[in-house]
Amino acid sequence: MTGALLTVAGLGKRFGGFIALSDVDLTVGAGERLGLIGPNGSGKSTMVNCLCGTLRNDTGNVTFGGHALDGLAAHRRTRLGIARSFQLPRPFPTLTLADNVRVPILYAADVKAGRVAVDPRRRCEELLNMVGLLDKADRKPADLTQIEMRKLELARAMASEPRLLIADEVMAGLSHREVDDILALLMTLNGQGIAIVMIEHIMRAVLAFSQRLVVLVAGRKIADGDPQEVVRQPDVVAAYLGS
Amino acid sequence: MDLSFDLWGNALVSGLLLGGFYAAVTIGVSISFGMLDIVNIAHPAFIVLGSYTAYIANSVFGFDPILSSIVLMPAFYLLGVAIYSVYDVSFERRGDASIRGLAFFFGLLFIAEVTLVLVFGVDYRLVEAPYIGPSLHAGAIDLPLRLLVPFAVSLALVLCLHVFMSHTFIGRAVQGVAQDPSALRLVGADPSRIKRIAFGLSIASASVAGAILIVIQPVEPSIARDYIGRIFAICVMGGLGSFGGTVVAAMILGVMESFTSTFYGPSWSPAVAFGFLLITLAVRPAGLFGRI
Amino acid sequence: MGNIRFGLLALVAAAVTFAAARAIGNPYVFFAGYVVLQYVVLATAWNILGGYTGYVNFGTAAFFAMGAYTTVVLHKTVPVLPLPAMMLAGGAISALIGLGMGYLTLRLRGTFFSIATLAMAVVAQTLITNWNFVGGSRGAYIVRPRLSPIFPGDYIQYLFVIMLLLSVLAVVVARAIQHSRLGYGFAAIRDDEPAAEASGVPTLRLKLIATALSGGLMGMAGAPLPYYVTYLDPASGFSLSYAVNTIAMPLIGGTATWLGPLIGAVLLGTLQQVATVTISSALSLLLVGLLLVGFVIAAPKGIVGWFQR
Repeated sequence: MTGALLTVAGLGKRFGGFIALSDVDLTVGAGERLGLIGPNGSGKSTMVNCLCGTLRNDTGNVTFGGHALDGLAAHRRTRLGIARSFQLPRPFPTLTLADNVRVPILYAADVKAGRVAVDPRRRCEELLNMVGLLDKADRKPADLTQIEMRKLELARAMASEPRLLIADEVMAGLSHREVDDILALLMTLNGQGIAIVMIEHIMRAVLAFSQRLVVLVAGRKIADGDPQEVVRQPDVVAAYLGS
Repeated sequence: MDLSFDLWGNALVSGLLLGGFYAAVTIGVSISFGMLDIVNIAHPAFIVLGSYTAYIANSVFGFDPILSSIVLMPAFYLLGVAIYSVYDVSFERRGDASIRGLAFFFGLLFIAEVTLVLVFGVDYRLVEAPYIGPSLHAGAIDLPLRLLVPFAVSLALVLCLHVFMSHTFIGRAVQGVAQDPSALRLVGADPSRIKRIAFGLSIASASVAGAILIVIQPVEPSIARDYIGRIFAICVMGGLGSFGGTVVAAMILGVMESFTSTFYGPSWSPAVAFGFLLITLAVRPAGLFGRI
Repeated sequence: MGNIRFGLLALVAAAVTFAAARAIGNPYVFFAGYVVLQYVVLATAWNILGGYTGYVNFGTAAFFAMGAYTTVVLHKTVPVLPLPAMMLAGGAISALIGLGMGYLTLRLRGTFFSIATLAMAVVAQTLITNWNFVGGSRGAYIVRPRLSPIFPGDYIQYLFVIMLLLSVLAVVVARAIQHSRLGYGFAAIRDDEPAAEASGVPTLRLKLIATALSGGLMGMAGAPLPYYVTYLDPASGFSLSYAVNTIAMPLIGGTATWLGPLIGAVLLGTLQQVATVTISSALSLLLVGLLLVGFVIAAPKGIVGWFQR
């Protein structure tokens, strides 16, 4: 498979006796839109943490853009081009929105040789403008609403100039209109050539977004393919509706 | 050969006895730090306060230091409740318990020490009781009552707290409060109140720990600091909040210190606890018995 | 304002301070001023780690005393060495200790680091107490030269100037960090470490930099101490009051900026000098403890916070 940006082979992770992930294979192509679904506790978050370096996988290999990621610290992976948003937004509370976005500009985007030689201030403004928060650039995260917090989280992830964005439940708890809002934003980012893995419970959003859908159940991958076909697969239906 | 065996035997026994005492000193921190996640570095200061109240009860009124410390436990409990209330309102509810909370307890440690210096001066104080002085003998092994009685009292204290924690509703709630405060609300318990009670108990234990401290050795105000390293080393190595682990870790440290002081001199023993703590933190931060 | 401009301005302020102290003409001004300036350095150094990255160091006394004892050793072995060289040596030793401590404990939760620093102070004191070469528990006597080696005046004036320049250095460094890439990284660590990592911040390396820098400045501040006190024993070198003061000053002044520790150190340091003379030294220490507890409860942003809205 040429053009694979991220390749995961035989990924496994256990916590004590609990097997969180078992022998998971996955590829993400450059610029692809991938949906990752699964019931609560199916290993989605563990997977994200293993990809981003927050957790160390016990078995398997992760390769990203030709680099083996195994054993690399989280910040090194960010610098290579994997960005994530956190399930519960984790802004830097004592910094202004502009400075929140500035941290990855200084520590990830700038470090990448040959990448954008940016003026941090202008890039900050661009990013905040893109998510519609420019007028609040000097405010603190505590002043934001739930959806604005999610948008800040996305702006900060984008500030590291990633090639792959892992959006971990960025729509949970948002209203119908707000979901559409975020969805449009993610489509825009994808339009700029960024591959996106969307982890989501809101099926409407996942189906509208994904070009390919992967299903995790109890730490195993049980489906991987065209979204419309995957959701009709009997074992996927069973996992969601209960057998 | 015989001499060396006696030396080893005595060092081992006095180490175990000392370790029993360390368990009483640490048990309060096992509750506050281990279970409630409150980094009460001022705990040793409350222990020394307990030493001084026992000293007053003994030297002024002629009471037995350990018995009077048990009688005084409710007063220490109330002191703990009062301190937790301030801590709760000022730091936990603001969601800002880390830096300022630490500084708060550090300030309390310092205030307690300076106040004791102002009131009692920097002289060493001691107590009188019939069990200070005589020794039992088992072959060549000395069993000084001065260590044996604190050992027994200490284990009794740990046992009582253990029974309370595992067999009462409040005790079980305390064990659950650090893991999941919201689950507590579901069973109708107020996490704040549970923590207040538990913190009160941890300070109440300092009364008894302080009394047996002054039975074992003369006390002066700055002695509290020597115990910080010990207490947290034992607490971390014992697996944060496990009473059984605390007792075992306390015994291990006691024996290590006893050997160090027998073979290298007592001036080196404070360094043992630190080495113990650093190695624990570097190698097994989850403690001897904890899961990683 | 650029860093160079600020540095020049700070030097001018320092020169004015020195000129004013000389104009008063009373040697007590230099003795008292030295202590206040020493606390400016210690509080600023503490804040680089504690205020900027959020890791609380209770072991100020250890870093400080290690600098002082480095001077004792050098004074006995290479007495011709000028004081600034001894300060560099003391700073290097303390920075290395900070690096070692940090390497062992900074991967863990911040509380473990704090507890380890507290225990480390006890151990460093134990080591020095058992080391006869530097006087052991009896302490060491150092002969203070009578005259300043570089300008006409008493040696205490020289010590005052040295500490004044070190304060300028510490404040300029702290301010430069605050507005730099490093400062943003530190703030991100303080606010949320996993999020900082995810933003590309190498958290462990930055924490080690902060610990080494902070410890090194503390060691430099301690290095002239033997010449100031002329008799140094472990109990006074490792006094808990150093740790309490260095925590109290930034927290009272405000930990978020370089200005807070400076304000806290000047206010609290001067207050203590006055209280020690007029009341008693034990009571003045009690005052520091009470102020610390009072401020963390009632004014979480310190004095600087009163002027920000």
